[in-house]
Amino acid sequence: MQNLISSLHPLERKVVPILKDRILFADLVKKSNMKEVEVMRAIQWLSNKKVLSIKEDIQDLVDLDKNGALYALKGLPEKRFLKVLIDESLTMEELMAKTKFSKDEVNVCIGALKSKAAIDVKKAKEIIFSITKQGKNLLKKDTPEEKFLKKDFPVDVQTLGPEEKLALNNLLKRKEILKKIVTKKKTINLTKLGKDLIKEDISKTDVADRLTPEMLKEGSWKKKDFRAYDVSINVPKIYGGRRHFVNKAVDYMKRIWLDMGFTEMTGTIVQTGFWNLDTLFVPQDHPARAMQDTFYIKEPKHGKLPKWFERVKKVHENGGDTGSDGWGGKWSKEEASENMLRTHTTGVSAMFLDKIRNGEYNLPAKFFSVNKVFRNEAPDWKHLFEFNQVEGIVVDPDANLKHLKGYLKEFFGKMGFTDVRMRPAHFPYTEPSVEVDVYNPKKKQWIELGGAGIFRPEVTKTLIGKEVPVLAWGLGMERIIVDYFGFKDLRDLYNNRLDLLRNMKEWMK
Amino acid sequence: MPTITLNRKVFERIVGKKLSDNKLKDRISMLGTDLEELGKEEIIVEVFPNRPDLLSEQGFSRAFSTFIGAKRGLSKFNVYDSKQKVIIDKNLKDVRPYTACAIARNLKLDDEKIREIIQVQEKLHITYGRNRKKVAIGIYPLEKIKLPITFKAEDPKQIVFQPLEWKKEINALEILEKHPIGQKYGHLLDAKTKFPVFRDANGKVLSVPPIINSHDVGKITEKTKEVFIECSGFDFDVLHKALNMIVTTLHDMGARIESMTLDYPDKKRITPILEPRKIRVDLNYVNKYLGTDIDEKGLKKYLEMMGFGYENKQALIPSYRADVLHQIDLVEDVAIAYGYENFEEVIPNVATIGQQDGFESFKTKISEMIAGLGFLETSTYLVTNKEHQTKLMNLKYETIELANSLSEEYDSLRFWMIPILLDVLASNKHQEYPQNLYEAGWVFTKDNKQETGILEQNRLGVVLCGPAVDYTKIRQVIDLILNYLEIKYTVESIEHDSFIKGRVARVKVNEKGVAYIGEISPRVLENFCLEMPVAALELNLSEIYKTLSK
Repeated sequence: MQNLISSLHPLERKVVPILKDRILFADLVKKSNMKEVEVMRAIQWLSNKKVLSIKEDIQDLVDLDKNGALYALKGLPEKRFLKVLIDESLTMEELMAKTKFSKDEVNVCIGALKSKAAIDVKKAKEIIFSITKQGKNLLKKDTPEEKFLKKDFPVDVQTLGPEEKLALNNLLKRKEILKKIVTKKKTINLTKLGKDLIKEDISKTDVADRLTPEMLKEGSWKKKDFRAYDVSINVPKIYGGRRHFVNKAVDYMKRIWLDMGFTEMTGTIVQTGFWNLDTLFVPQDHPARAMQDTFYIKEPKHGKLPKWFERVKKVHENGGDTGSDGWGGKWSKEEASENMLRTHTTGVSAMFLDKIRNGEYNLPAKFFSVNKVFRNEAPDWKHLFEFNQVEGIVVDPDANLKHLKGYLKEFFGKMGFTDVRMRPAHFPYTEPSVEVDVYNPKKKQWIELGGAGIFRPEVTKTLIGKEVPVLAWGLGMERIIVDYFGFKDLRDLYNNRLDLLRNMKEWMK
Repeated sequence: MPTITLNRKVFERIVGKKLSDNKLKDRISMLGTDLEELGKEEIIVEVFPNRPDLLSEQGFSRAFSTFIGAKRGLSKFNVYDSKQKVIIDKNLKDVRPYTACAIARNLKLDDEKIREIIQVQEKLHITYGRNRKKVAIGIYPLEKIKLPITFKAEDPKQIVFQPLEWKKEINALEILEKHPIGQKYGHLLDAKTKFPVFRDANGKVLSVPPIINSHDVGKITEKTKEVFIECSGFDFDVLHKALNMIVTTLHDMGARIESMTLDYPDKKRITPILEPRKIRVDLNYVNKYLGTDIDEKGLKKYLEMMGFGYENKQALIPSYRADVLHQIDLVEDVAIAYGYENFEEVIPNVATIGQQDGFESFKTKISEMIAGLGFLETSTYLVTNKEHQTKLMNLKYETIELANSLSEEYDSLRFWMIPILLDVLASNKHQEYPQNLYEAGWVFTKDNKQETGILEQNRLGVVLCGPAVDYTKIRQVIDLILNYLEIKYTVESIEHDSFIKGRVARVKVNEKGVAYIGEISPRVLENFCLEMPVAALELNLSEIYKTLSK
């Protein structure tokens, strides 16, 4: 018992002394002088401590409606109607003028009063109304309906006697006098423990609710006991500030490449076709260049080409000095200068190969980027028009296809995939070209995650100035993230629903 | 990617070997093609665009049979001289200057073979022929044609004939206007005053390439035993390869292939020539790229598995292969024959030092700083809506628009971040407040000094949204950021229609504007259907980074 008392919250302490074996919640609130929520919280906690039980019943109440409030003050209209007839008989028009009733209301009164034989109706030139003896008697006392309206509202329907119920039904038939309200009635019953508790004088125990700075200053805490908490109770949620989960995953992937000795590349998002496609030996009549795949810029439609663009022109038309036949046909400078949103980050890799030619980096060199790319597609659950690509190149005179598989296996291993598989593929800028699959040990299946290969001599010799093997990959990232967080729809990654951002599990790699 | 539908029985007969479903699945995918469907009757295979020669039952089966070792090396194709010629007029020069032609005899056609021929023709049109622009192919029953054939350019009104799928004779201009095929491919002859036409010795029209054949002499049937084949376009080598892909297919169907003399204004040429061409292969080069230790015997074996020949350190390239531009293309084929699954992974011992991009690292620090204030980072698209960037923000400004977006909702590149964050607030009205959000993202403005004419800068947007936000609260945020960065700044009052008048300011560093801060105008909030006050800031991170780097 003493433990129980010392664990009582100040709100509970206020409520306990006014508890009875059985009490309505509403009565308890009235008695307590506390806010309803406070009483509610207190009895909830007391219920958790097995001091009491709370029973909920549905309660039918009636309250005064618009007209009802008026009639409760001024009396029912038929009574007011009778009152104006007490001294004289009147015509319809006179009645309406004196009562200020509408014609409808007058008609309702006439009907009600005639049925009780309280008025007399005579037809002469005009219809004339007069009060009967019965009518005069009626005026002397309140009808059951009038009595009802004088009750203390809201009224619990279950507490009404048979006569009152009849009056209630009559009133409910009439317009906007009463309205029904359904509420829940809470009854509080004390348990055995509760009955014992209210016998105790809980005001004697001096327990502190909070440790205050004053107590520490004065040293008064030494004489106090602290209220024991129910430590198992649920607490309201809090939300912290957070980085976006996709960015956290991106940061992790960047970390992997940095750890493996790669340098981060960045480049523009809007690029000319020259960088995005032509330097990569994508023929100008390649289907990927067609309108439907690429976002073109309306204005400025064209960008500038570097001074050495002729090298690229030659390699397309006849292979230039690369030992290749080239694609043949005419290469158009105009088409190469068209601005577009990069369709991959491989154009950024091309820019870095050019930097090697300019002496900005020495060989061997390894580069990566994790960045946005764009495809002009209508978004659906497995397509986005804007997504991230994990790009990497290794520029190393000794690089070969086995190294490509090695680097990819290492990266995916750190991402939690046990195995990497290469299948033949085709990209215009790599030869050999590779489709990269990884094995998902949880789902027991292979997932296609992107393309890779070794850049063609047409690309490397033109950009670097000499033929050096360049291992290259461009991997999809969204699929891995979607799997990790258990989404089905790629669009969920970027819908920015705050409840999701607030409650989402952490990226734990 | 294009697909090819194979009749499984025909396929197995040509390959000469029956494989289990699992083996087929594995081998087809390791050949560098994708199995789309494996049925009892049909097999559907996806072919990469660099191998148009695989787009026929015969072509695919030929490649597959050497790959699995049922056959070896180069296929042999005999070509006989038809002693016939095609006369090419010089007035075609600016219209459609080239053609490559052949005759095939002894065809035993049935429904299945006709379907197959039409399939090859259509697939080649779409892929290698770039929708007939680069290559248009015509196949005609020889019985109905009087040789020699002439190819020339004529006034389209003078070219009158009954085209396929049409009831009567009309002229070539009318075909472009009225005929569905004419409407579809008419753009290929746009702005030409003369149209190309094939006519026989009697002047009968065979076709107007690349549009349509004649109804009369342009359709093969089960009765057809001999055909004339022409490919027309702008690059003779390309046409010759396309012709070779078709005639080798017909050859493998059992036809006798005959060459024709092409009487060009400048010189005579003969097509088809089905002799392989030769490319030198350097064994060291192959091993260097692949990291392998293949010897010459191995090299020969692998090349032969891919349908090539090998002799005297030279690879023999079949006449129908259009994808061998460089020795490197043979390296890939050797790798495919060697088996991609047989390359073990190697991490080379190459010492390089990793280096993060300076700006990216700065951006991450800023982002972590703001998250520390208890704000949520969003991740939005940088392709956005023009109206949201301007009109809804109470602004007039030209965004950089996309020329061809598939969706109206996403028609522009953003030039500032706050509208994007207001969109996020608008879609989260039922979530708990306060909602304090931020994002550092790329924005785009026109600038002649850039290579693309577009300047890309990174900006930090922060919005505070809740019943009690105001100018002070957002000013505190910018103050914190710039103090942490040890950057001195000034604040001046400005007018900006997106914000409440008198509650908006420009933040300047070294006399240069770097940020806007203020309370968003209620009109703007109404435009975004927001019912809570918003205070916002937009900070140019690219500028701040520049300042710090000095």
